[in-house]
Amino acid sequence: MPEPDLHELPASPASTTPVQPPRGAPHQKAPHQMAPHQKAPHQKAARRKIGNVRGGPDSIKGTILKIVLLGVVDAFAVYVLMMLFLSQSWAALAVSSLVVLAINWFYLRGGGLPAKYLAPGVLFLLVFQVLVVFFSGYIAFTNYGDGHNSTKEDAIAAIQLTAQKRVPDSPTYKAAVLTKGDTFYLLFTDPSGKAQIGSTEAPLTDVSGAGKDATGKANSLPGYETLKFQEIVANQQEILKITVPVSENPADGTLRTADGSTAYQFKPALSYDAATDTFTDSETGTAYRDNGKGAFADADGETLATGWKIDVGMENFARAFTDPSLRGPLLGVILWTFTFSVASVALTFAMGLFLATTFNREDLRGKKVYRILMILPYAFPAFLSGLVWSGILNPEFGWLNQTLLGGANIGWLTDPVLAKISVLVVNVWLGFPYMFLVCTGALQSLPTEIDEAARMDGASPWRVFRSIKLPLLLVSVAPLLISSFAFNFNNFNVIYMLTGGGPRFADTDRDIGATDILITLVYKVAFGQGTGRDYGLASALAIIIFIIVATISAISFKQTKALEDVN
Amino acid sequence: MKVHNTLATQTTRRVFATGAISVVAALALSACGGSASTAPSSEATKQDLKAAGAGTITMWVDAERSPALKDITEKFKSDTGIEVKLVVKDFAAVRDDFITQVPTGQGPDLIVGPHDWIGKFVQNGVIAPVELGDKASQFQDSSIKAMTYNGAVYGVPYAIENIALLRNSSIVDSKASTLDEVVANGKKAVAEGKATFPFLVGMDPKQGDPYHLYPLQSSMGSQVFGKNADGGYDAKQLLIGDAAGVEFARKLAAWGDAGEKIINSNITGDIAKEKFLAGESPYFLTGPWNVPDVQKKGIKFAVDELPTAGGEAAQPFIGVNGFFISAKSANALATNEFVTNYLTSESAQDSMYTAGGRPPALKASFEKAASDPVVEAFGKIGATGVPMPAIPEMSAVWADWGATELAIIKGQGDPAEAWTKMAASIKSKIGG
Repeated sequence: MPEPDLHELPASPASTTPVQPPRGAPHQKAPHQMAPHQKAPHQKAARRKIGNVRGGPDSIKGTILKIVLLGVVDAFAVYVLMMLFLSQSWAALAVSSLVVLAINWFYLRGGGLPAKYLAPGVLFLLVFQVLVVFFSGYIAFTNYGDGHNSTKEDAIAAIQLTAQKRVPDSPTYKAAVLTKGDTFYLLFTDPSGKAQIGSTEAPLTDVSGAGKDATGKANSLPGYETLKFQEIVANQQEILKITVPVSENPADGTLRTADGSTAYQFKPALSYDAATDTFTDSETGTAYRDNGKGAFADADGETLATGWKIDVGMENFARAFTDPSLRGPLLGVILWTFTFSVASVALTFAMGLFLATTFNREDLRGKKVYRILMILPYAFPAFLSGLVWSGILNPEFGWLNQTLLGGANIGWLTDPVLAKISVLVVNVWLGFPYMFLVCTGALQSLPTEIDEAARMDGASPWRVFRSIKLPLLLVSVAPLLISSFAFNFNNFNVIYMLTGGGPRFADTDRDIGATDILITLVYKVAFGQGTGRDYGLASALAIIIFIIVATISAISFKQTKALEDVN
Repeated sequence: MKVHNTLATQTTRRVFATGAISVVAALALSACGGSASTAPSSEATKQDLKAAGAGTITMWVDAERSPALKDITEKFKSDTGIEVKLVVKDFAAVRDDFITQVPTGQGPDLIVGPHDWIGKFVQNGVIAPVELGDKASQFQDSSIKAMTYNGAVYGVPYAIENIALLRNSSIVDSKASTLDEVVANGKKAVAEGKATFPFLVGMDPKQGDPYHLYPLQSSMGSQVFGKNADGGYDAKQLLIGDAAGVEFARKLAAWGDAGEKIINSNITGDIAKEKFLAGESPYFLTGPWNVPDVQKKGIKFAVDELPTAGGEAAQPFIGVNGFFISAKSANALATNEFVTNYLTSESAQDSMYTAGGRPPALKASFEKAASDPVVEAFGKIGATGVPMPAIPEMSAVWADWGATELAIIKGQGDPAEAWTKMAASIKSKIGG
C-alpha cells in the first residue's frame, strides 16, 4: 500500500462520514464511552491533532477502513482470478483483471473524485444490467434450451457416460484398489471366490495368494499396496477411469468400479471416435455424425439424446414469424397485449383520477379512512390476488356466481371474451390504487389560486377540471402513465395467475390462449410445457418485446414534452 | 485499539490467503498429476481428502426430506470422513436449476426428485447411471422399472406414489369394483340426501388433470406410449389416439358437465378436498398427500382399489422418488459409495418413509410400513400401476392432453374429433 494521500481522505467513499463523527458506524464509539483501560485519551489527542491538520477528525480511521475494504475486495479478486485461471476462462480472466486494476487505481491515486463515487455504481450497472442484457441478447442467437444445454465436449462425455451398459447377466465382482509403483490396479473377486487382478493397461490375470477378508473378498496381494477408502476417494478420478478388458475380445466389455468396492462388466452401446467425430452404435453399426445443428444424427436424421449449444444466427427471430404454430397466434397475442395494456392504463387512470378528485374535496369527512380502504388492493401481492380472483370467478363455486348472481353458471374465465373482460376488471381492481395515489398527490400539489380564479370567472366545476386541472395534472402524471403502460405490457402476474393465458386457441398446437400477452407467451416458450424449454426462441421474443415497448415509450415521451410546451 | 484489531484481521487474512493459495496450488498440482495419469505415487495416495477436493458431497433436497437424511449422512461421515452437505432448495425450481447448473460445474453431486425428471436430465446430459447390482432385487419391481431409462438405471428409488380411491365409509359402507357401481352408489347417496356430489376428483381449471383421470383411461385400454424391446416407453409409438382412447373421450363427455356431472370441470383440487372433508361426497380420487387431513378431520374412510370403467385393470401412474447422481460430480466415487451402499440401506429408507409417509421402495422397509393399512392399500394399488413416462416427449403430451380433456368435460365440441385432433397435434410436436 502506498502512503495514504492525506488531502484526499475525507472524500474517499471508504470514509463516508468524516464530518459528523456521531453518525459514524456504530462501532466507532465516541471516545468518552470507551473503557478507561483503553488507549482512548491517547488516541483522542492524536486524532484531534490530525483533525486540525486535515479538517476531518476521522481521517485515520477512514484511511484504515479504505485499506481494509480495498484489501477485502482485492483478496476476493485474487481468489476469483485464481479460479478463473484454473478453469482456463481466459476472456473472463482478462476482463476481471482489468476491473481489479481499475478499481485499485481509482481508489489509491489522488484526485479523480467523481470516479471514486461512480465506480461501484458503474460496475454494478455493468454486471447486473448491461451484461445480463447482452447475455440474453446473445442467447437469442443460439439454440440454448433443453437438449442443447452445454458444450460439445460435455455432450460427448454425457453420451459416453450413458452409453455404458452393464453386460446382461454378467456377475457382480467385489473389488479392491491396489497400487504398485505408479499404477492403480483393481483386485476382483468373482462370485465363486476366484481372485483376478488388472488395470487399464494390464489385462485381467488370475492370482493366487491374495489375502481375503471375512466376507471372502480378496483385499491384498503381496507386492501391492491396498488403498484405504480415504485414499481411494483422494484418487477417485484416476480410479473411476480404470477400465480392465475382460478378454482379448473388446465385445466382452470392460470391468469398472463406480464406488471402489464393487465392479461390473460394462460395454458401451455407442463408441466415439475422436478422429472422425463419430459415434458408432456397437450393435447396429449405425454412425452418428455432427449434423451442424448441435447434435449427433444418423443418416435418417435420428439424433442422439444429448446435444450442445451452437450459434444459429437469426434463426430464432425468423422462427418467431414463420413457425406456423407461432405465426398465427402471435399476431392475436400482440393485438391483445396492446389492448390489454392500453385499456388497463386508461381504465385505472380514469378510476384513480375520479376517486382522487372525489376524495380531494375539502369538506369530505372520514377522508383518511376512505383513502386507506382505497389503497388496500395495492397492498396485496399481485400473484396472490390473481389466485384469489381465480377462485372468486369459478363458474360453479365462485363467490361471484354463487352469491351475487344467485347461482348462475357463467364461465368468467373459460369463455374467451369474458376471460378478457375478467382479466381487465381484475387488473383495474389491482391497479387503480396506484393511480389514485399518484393523482391525489398531483392534485394536492396544484395551486389552489387558479382553481379559485376560474370559479370567480364563473367556470363550472367540470370546466375547471377539464381545462385547468387535467392539463396541469397530465404534465406530472404522463410519464407515469407511460411507465404504467410498459409495466402492463409485461404484466405477467395477473394473466398467469388468473387465467394462465387460457382459454386455449383452437388453431395452434402450442399452449397459447385468448388472454395470453407477449410475456406469458415468452414464459411458456422458455419454461412451459411443450417440446421442451427453448431459451433461444424466448430470448428472441423478449428482444422483440423490448423493441416494441422502447419504441412506444420513446414516442410517448416525445409527446409528453409537447404537453409541457403547451403549458 | 482499532488499529490493533485491523492489523490482526489483516494478519489472519494474510494467513488465510496463504492457506487458500496453498490449497489451490495443491489442487492445481493434483490436477496436473491427474492428467499425467501415471503420477499417483505413494505420496499422492496419502493426499489429504480436502486437497483432492473430496471433503464433501453436496446434495439438493427439499425441506421436508432434509431432516430424514441427517442420520444416514452422519453415519456416512463417521464411516468415511466425508461430509454430505444437504442444501435445501425450493422444489418447484430445483429441476431446472440442476439442468442449468450442472454444465457450469456449480451443480450438486446428488439431487432428490421424482423419476419422471430422468428424461429431461438425460436429454441435457446432466445425470449418470447408477449400477445397483444385486441390490436392485431388494426394491419393488415397479420402482426399479421407473428408474430405468434407455436400459440403464439412473436413480436409487426410495418412495412410490400413486393415487387411490378414498371412500367415506359412513356414507357408503362397501367397496365397489367398477366405476358404474361407484357412480350408482354415489348417486344413491345424493338421492338419499347423505351427500351432494356422487364422486370427486380435482380438476385444474386451466390445464385439466390427465394424471388423476389416467386410471379410468387405462381401464378402457388406452395408453399414452407403447413400449420398446427393453420395456421402456417408445416415443415413436404414440397410442393415445387409438380407438380405445376415442372411446374414453366419448365416456369423458358423458361423465362431464353436459352429461352426468360425475367429473366436474369447476371442481379444483382444493374444492374437491374441501367437499370431501365436509362429508359431502362418498368418493374422492386422490393421492396419499390428502390422507393426513382426512384423518385429522376424523372422517371414517377406506382406501379402495381404483374402479375400472371399461373392464380392464385401472392402472394409475406411479411416481417414484429417488436420488440421482450428477454427470459432472467432482466426487463421483464417494457419491456412488453413498448412494449405492448407504441410501439403499433399510434404515435410510425407513427414515425417508417416516418423513414423507409414502410407501417405501425398498421391500424390507415397505413390509414394516405396511403395518399401516393406508400405506398397505396405496402400495397394493401402486403395484398394479405403470411408471409415469419419463421420456422428454411426455412434456409435449401433458398440455394438449389436459386441455383436450378439459374441453371434452366441459362439453365443448365433439369428443371423438377433439381427441383425434389432440393426438395429431402431439404427434406433430414430438416429430413422430
